[in-house]
Amino acid sequence: MEKKKSRQRLIIEVLGILFGLLWLSPFYLMIVNAFKTKLEIFQNTLKLPAEWTFDNFTQAFEELAFLQTFMNSLFMSVASIVIILFFSAMAAYALSRNGSKLSGAIFFLFVAAMLIPFQSVMIPLVALFGKADALNFYGLIFMYLGFGCSLSIFLYHGALKGISKSLDEAATIDGCNRFQVFWYIILPMLKPISITVAILNIIWIWNDYLLPSLVISGAGTDTIPLKLFLFFGQYTKQWHLALAGLTISIIPVIIAYLFAQKQIIKGVSDGAVK
Amino acid sequence: MKNKDLSFWLFLAPVLFALGTVVLLPLLYGIYYSFTDWNGVSYTQFLGLDNYVTLLKDEGFRDALWFTVKFSVASVIVVNILGLALAMLVTSKIKSRNLLRTVFFMPNLIGGLILGFIWQFIFTKVFDSIGRATGIEWMQGWLSDSATGFWGMVILMSWQMAGYIMVIYIAYLENVPGDLLEAAEIDGANPWQKFRNITFPLVMPAFTVSMFLTLSGAFKIYDQNLSLTNGGPFNSTKMVAMDIVDTAFKFNMMATAQAKAVIFFIIVAIISLTQVYINKKREVEM
Repeated sequence: MEKKKSRQRLIIEVLGILFGLLWLSPFYLMIVNAFKTKLEIFQNTLKLPAEWTFDNFTQAFEELAFLQTFMNSLFMSVASIVIILFFSAMAAYALSRNGSKLSGAIFFLFVAAMLIPFQSVMIPLVALFGKADALNFYGLIFMYLGFGCSLSIFLYHGALKGISKSLDEAATIDGCNRFQVFWYIILPMLKPISITVAILNIIWIWNDYLLPSLVISGAGTDTIPLKLFLFFGQYTKQWHLALAGLTISIIPVIIAYLFAQKQIIKGVSDGAVK
Repeated sequence: MKNKDLSFWLFLAPVLFALGTVVLLPLLYGIYYSFTDWNGVSYTQFLGLDNYVTLLKDEGFRDALWFTVKFSVASVIVVNILGLALAMLVTSKIKSRNLLRTVFFMPNLIGGLILGFIWQFIFTKVFDSIGRATGIEWMQGWLSDSATGFWGMVILMSWQMAGYIMVIYIAYLENVPGDLLEAAEIDGANPWQKFRNITFPLVMPAFTVSMFLTLSGAFKIYDQNLSLTNGGPFNSTKMVAMDIVDTAFKFNMMATAQAKAVIFFIIVAIISLTQVYINKKREVEM
């Protein structure tokens, strides 16, 4: 019985690993082919390169202006996240400490707004912000606050239920004003949920394509997803450069993932389950 | 904080302003514009339901809608079966479970646009090479017709989403109490009975979350559609989200596009609300 069980487990182990390798094979094929010349990709897609060349990477790196593009993505994401976290936590705090019907209705409004898909508001949004001359980098960050605050407030609101109001009262008696209570007492206690909220928002904003393409495209602040179209012209596909460019673009994400995978998986799981 | 407190409103002001100008106002304007001949800047007359009547006859929109429905149904089934299977694999006692968890979740972190480009390479170049080397015909010519475009999208979606759904199922599977399963085993339950009578009911809420996430995710998909097939060949794999974007920003038919956007909103809202309602009800009954 025990023997049979351990053999069964070995078979599952082997099948699992094989499936894991199959799962990773698209990445493997992308990387291996990025080292081939333009011609070799067409002649020999499956084998290892006859001669490993690094030229694709240097050329793709230059054409993407990768350092600049990467910094654009980073600055846009970090700025958006900081703003979303700060203002959402503040709003959730106000809503959770006010038991009135109006407060409940405002909370419901934020939750209901999660049902609205981006494509159903994007056309008037672009028109409206175009009129206000706000189709730029700062307009984009403000839009991320608008689209990101609902889920963030929802998650913060849930966490705030677990923080006792007596803490607020004690701090108030000690002479803190409302903002000081929030900043010195509440916000530090929200750190675990803040990490979850930050992770969920950064995965979305870092990878977002459609919104930036409508708001900042061609303004010199292109993010990584916007720049990648460089290698995918209507008629010419430069696979050797595209694969190298895709590989370069993925590396920062994979590094971040390997460093913070526990927090990332926990954050994603908490965000979905709550 | 009371309603009349200034601090209450100051704390809420930034997000209320952002939500109002970014989501709510555009939604209301959008609904209104869909009844006019709006061109993106101004409108000259109120048309009533004319834009919507035009849509009924718009074959491109109907095809996109039908394709999206088929794609969503297929994705929900494949992603959830795969996600649950992966979750059961990495919560079993195998040694490589933590490594595999990392591996299966990885595609989920990378943007749909990049994943679509990678799979475009796999389908058009790698599949083709394998097909030619082995003489297998069905592996050749992927993404050049609507059937392979459809399955290409489903495979891409499953590869990206299964790891995400896996993580959700794991959260529930790890809550299944071990002593309950042990007690059942002592009482003579076989593995299927244990799964059917203990694990499955306890994991039931995960279906609510997972199906809801996959269905609305699949229905709203755009980036993957753009980078994998770009709607081709001949718009046969174009989905609703892409149809709206193209109608507005390629063909500049703003009022028509906005009418499509309103229909899109209604469908997504109905799906979400129904899903939540049905699953909530079933959970109570169980």
